[in-house]
Amino acid sequence: MSTFSIRNLWKRYGEHVVLERLNLEVRSGEFCTLVGASGCGKTTFLKLLLGQEAPSRGQLLLDGRPLPAEPGPERGIVFQRYSVYPHLTVLDNVLLALELHRSRWLGRLFGRARRQAREQAAAMLEQVGLSDCLQRYPAELSGGMQQRLAIAQSLVRAPQVLLLDEPFGALDPGIRADMQLLIQRIWRETGVTVFMITHDLSEGFKLGTRLLVFDRPRHDPQAPQAFGATITYDIPLRNRRAGDLPPDLAERIAAREPTREESTP
Amino acid sequence: MRRLINLRPERGSRLLLGLLPFVLALLAYLIASAARLADNPSDKLLPSLATMGTALYQMAVVPDARSGNLLLWVDTAASLARLGWGLGISAALGLIVGIGVGITPLLRAGLAPFIAGLSLIPPMAILPILFIVFGLGEVSKVVLIVFGIAPVIIRDMQQRVEELPGEQIIRAQTLGASTVSLVLRVVLPQVLPRLLDALRLSLGAAWLFLIAAEAIAATEGLGYRIFLVRRYLAMDVILPYVAWITVLAFAMDWGLRALSRRAFPWFGAGSTRGST
Ligand SMILES: Nc1ncnc2c1ncn2[C@@H]1O[C@H](COP(=O)(O)OP(=O)(O)OP(=O)(O)O)[C@@H](O)[C@H]1O
Ligand SMILES: [Mg+2]
Repeated sequence: MSTFSIRNLWKRYGEHVVLERLNLEVRSGEFCTLVGASGCGKTTFLKLLLGQEAPSRGQLLLDGRPLPAEPGPERGIVFQRYSVYPHLTVLDNVLLALELHRSRWLGRLFGRARRQAREQAAAMLEQVGLSDCLQRYPAELSGGMQQRLAIAQSLVRAPQVLLLDEPFGALDPGIRADMQLLIQRIWRETGVTVFMITHDLSEGFKLGTRLLVFDRPRHDPQAPQAFGATITYDIPLRNRRAGDLPPDLAERIAAREPTREESTP
Repeated sequence: MRRLINLRPERGSRLLLGLLPFVLALLAYLIASAARLADNPSDKLLPSLATMGTALYQMAVVPDARSGNLLLWVDTAASLARLGWGLGISAALGLIVGIGVGITPLLRAGLAPFIAGLSLIPPMAILPILFIVFGLGEVSKVVLIVFGIAPVIIRDMQQRVEELPGEQIIRAQTLGASTVSLVLRVVLPQVLPRLLDALRLSLGAAWLFLIAAEAIAATEGLGYRIFLVRRYLAMDVILPYVAWITVLAFAMDWGLRALSRRAFPWFGAGSTRGST
């Protein structure tokens, strides 16, 4: 049982405050969906969780201990694109995850260890429905298949946390529904903690056990960058519906438009 | 009538079209040569094909009277060895330094300006220094080639590494990669085909520096021979030598391209970077 604690977290780029006063406790096994208007700092929050960016103030704790300040094997991530390696076949992509993990220097396994890892990788690929194209290169896969591959690659050595930044944002609606089922099944089976950014509010409601809404509670028209976003709604999802959010907020999230009048500095 | 830009040659006619300029150039030479020789049979400037053939035969098949060597092959072996060393060392430097500088901010901060500065020194200007420091032997010629092309290859490799999507590098870390294994499994394989490209583009410069160095101080080599026989206006040797050098350069270019296609099947038309 592990717990993520976020204590009074701030992130600013120069004068631009992106996130402020973030407080959050997430127990392991939760599925948090993150929504908010474009440019309000969701990706930035994920980068902080990942260790790719350092907080300007505040703490990120895993079971009371500060998280390592660089990306590591305890946290997996799938981006919207560029998540798989174009020079490796489907099987080798997943195998790479095991090899990097088990062979510190060469990142390569040999003989029995390699055969064993190959079997494990193939089993993982079977779970995401890619058994038919083990020897293909990513460029020969559709967008949805590439994202499946990325998920398989991230999950094959069971990270504690899986971070997803609009993983299905570039996919067709039909494929999207398949992918939602897939990620939900994998989440149930592995018990991994998930943070997933989405612009599709209904997706957020459908998949999560908890919906985190990012927005700016304070706003100064003279200095639009002076205040950052924070978690304004933290909704446990049992039998909630999108109607529970203020209507204008729901609209802004769905419309993918910048928060109020500014987005980029 | 379709637009000119939309008219595409078929496979067979493309080959013919490609050959046409060569044939025309040869024809023009033959006519000019015949005209001059008709005027003055001992003209040396535009020798006939037969004269060049005889000269080439002398160089390639008949042992040299003084040394007993087959000069064409001795020259070719010497030049190719220098070229091979120069290209090989440059490629190794390009990979090691280029990847190092491209992937580690600390090295980049320390070395990138220095490399940029080095690459601005005209290599020919330091040739005298190389002769003084390394003597007139093989080393100075190889160093000149390396000095001429390595900075370009290093900077190209560095740029290729920096062009890799940041997502790939971040994700490799979440998969448990160390700096070394990240370089070996993610970066190196993706820039190797780029290295072959960079080498191909450097071939012209490498030949240039090789021939320049051989022209100034050597005892054998293709460039040396050309500049030696120039004293006797021996166009019948120079022209076949130039043609031979061109053939060699073409073969190297072709070989590198074939190697790239065969060794990196994922690297090709539109298949770079997992596009969605
Ligand atoms: N490296 C950076 N330097 C300066 N400003 C940055 C940087 N990264 C992000 N920002 C700013 O932080 C704000 C939040 O960006 P972020 O990418 O987190 O938004 P987002 O909520 O993920 O948006 P979207 O939904 O469009 O993906 C933006 O205004 C952006 O300009
Ligand atoms: Mg984002």
